[in-house]
Amino acid sequence: MSSGLAFSRMNNKLVFFSALVLMLLVYGFRQAIFIAPTELTMGNIQRIFYYHVPSAFVAFTCFFANLIASLWYLKSRRLSADAWALATAEVGVIFCTIVLVTGPLWARPVWGIWWTWDARLTSTLLLWLIYVSYLLLRRFSTSGQTPVLAAVLAIFGSVDVVFVYMSIRWFRTQHPQPVMGPGGGGLDPRMGYALLANFIAFAAYGALLVTLRRNLELRRQRIEERHAMGALAGASR
Amino acid sequence: MPLLTLENVSKLFGRFAALRNFSVTADPGRLYGVFGENGAGKSTLLRIIAGLARPTAGTLRFSPAGPRLGYMAHASMLYDELSAMENLRYFASLCGIRDKRRLEGAIASVGLDPSLERRVGDYSQGMRQRLALARAVLHDPELLLLDEPFSNLDPDSAAAISKLMSGWRDAGKTLLVVTHQAAHLQTIADHSWLLRGGELAAQGTGISALSAGAA
Amino acid sequence: MMEHAGEKTVAMQLRPASSSASLVRTTISTLGKDLRLEWRSKDALNAMLFFALLVVVIFSFAFEPTAEEARRITGGLVWVAFLFSSTMALNQSWARELRHQSLDAFRISGAPADALFLGKAIGNFIFVALLEAIVAPLFVVFFNLTIAQGAGALLWVFVLGTWALVVNGAFFAALSLRTRSRELMLPLLLFPISIPALLAMVSATSAILTGEDSPTLGLQFLAVYDIVFTTVCLSLFETVLHAE
Repeated sequence: MSSGLAFSRMNNKLVFFSALVLMLLVYGFRQAIFIAPTELTMGNIQRIFYYHVPSAFVAFTCFFANLIASLWYLKSRRLSADAWALATAEVGVIFCTIVLVTGPLWARPVWGIWWTWDARLTSTLLLWLIYVSYLLLRRFSTSGQTPVLAAVLAIFGSVDVVFVYMSIRWFRTQHPQPVMGPGGGGLDPRMGYALLANFIAFAAYGALLVTLRRNLELRRQRIEERHAMGALAGASR
Repeated sequence: MPLLTLENVSKLFGRFAALRNFSVTADPGRLYGVFGENGAGKSTLLRIIAGLARPTAGTLRFSPAGPRLGYMAHASMLYDELSAMENLRYFASLCGIRDKRRLEGAIASVGLDPSLERRVGDYSQGMRQRLALARAVLHDPELLLLDEPFSNLDPDSAAAISKLMSGWRDAGKTLLVVTHQAAHLQTIADHSWLLRGGELAAQGTGISALSAGAA
Repeated sequence: MMEHAGEKTVAMQLRPASSSASLVRTTISTLGKDLRLEWRSKDALNAMLFFALLVVVIFSFAFEPTAEEARRITGGLVWVAFLFSSTMALNQSWARELRHQSLDAFRISGAPADALFLGKAIGNFIFVALLEAIVAPLFVVFFNLTIAQGAGALLWVFVLGTWALVVNGAFFAALSLRTRSRELMLPLLLFPISIPALLAMVSATSAILTGEDSPTLGLQFLAVYDIVFTTVCLSLFETVLHAE
């Protein structure tokens, strides 16, 4: 149980980190929107790229972290592992949603189509579906063993991802495959820099969100525990 | 040397404590009556001992370890679409038992007709109850956990089951019998426990725990 | 601390190690019991058959393809129809276990959990395969298909594809037992996971029906999918069965 002092120390670290994240995001924004040059063929809409790609990176990292946390939970049965699992799943779904929304927003003006069945975007959709079903399972579960069931589903989902990617590449090839990267030749170094800046900013932002969510879950677990102890001692009767 | 030892066993369902620091022992070859109001934790207790539910805290020990368990609950755990023999044949196969006569014996011992082809879904409640009891004992368990075995039985059937139980106890089995109808255990119970609010409120010889708790 | 309570602090010596029921025997027992149950519940059987038939008819009305188009899209339609039918069958099968808590009796008996899973999966497979065997010819009739060659390969697609649906379906049906809206949860969990297999099944079926492509890739994919997920299901089923 954290003492009041330790808690406020933790709080201070988070406040400092949040400020840092905010600065990184602002810096990244400036780079992406104002500093990086306008793309030749696509125009300003291309700037979505600086959000689309880092979001995908954060989403996939979160889902990978969810797999690790789920495996850790199954092995150790520590509730702290489950807190990480829940946090990474939720934040992952959020960023995954951003990818799925920014994709069509970008594709429509540029290629005239809302959706493209390219392997990456479709894999993202599948991953989104799997993790939304994960969150639904957690919500609908009645047993006290929700963490176990969720962890099992996470393993299924992770194994499935490999198949998802392969199946889309092999069985959907008749559709056009526009490259979801910058058009034309190589990447202008200023664009590359803006992308990197936003990668770092989003990674930090993702980490912050996951940490905050996990802390919230830990707090909820502690409250449940306290109630449970009370019930055992007969205090709540 | 007690067959079963529970030390400070607690079971939480969310914030509700079904069992609270429950400590008790059960000796082999004895019949225990388990009494208490609805919601006192009796069924939870049996489920935990049966291994169907995990205690939130506390320890549960068998000595010797790994006794054969027989469990009978409110739900019959039988398949409506099958006949009595078909049901028992399946559950017997799970325990590695293939002897047909043994199954017929088990069914007959609870007062049912083994050759009856009727599907269990058409049985009366009382008949289903008795078949569930047969299922619980067919693999010759050392520890029998019976949750309300007398409900839905007419007085004659109940008396017959009572006699069966005493026979099993005499043969060396340990029985834990949860029931609201303590009268049926009057002559056969060795010991009894009274549960209240998930705790052990009283225990005593015969069915005395029932009245001890009222005091 | 409560974090470890119940999982590590309890000395559990409950399940009798003396159970002499082997994996194969128990699987066969469970399979036999399930098949008998399915056969006895002829009402459910008939209703499901009728449902599958209705799906075919509705698809025939919804899609008015020419013979050429039909061959291209039927692959997809067939498997969508089977996906829904198998979900119904799976829900039915596990609902029977829940009705009188028969699963509890299984857990106490100490019989291997894998056997229960395999028995149920195989039983469901047989049942769904039967359904498919009756419904597939209807598709051929309504969509005027001709299966000139590749009937053997088509059979393999059906076998591997159905197992892919049923093996995961049986697992998630068991998992859904511990949730509210149990019958809704099964498709919610099953469909996303099954999409890769679905893609392969449809691709292979269309390849055979149109003759334009080779179904080999799809078949290999399905085979690998089946092996991998059967293994995953078997490894994790015991955890799910005893999660209470």
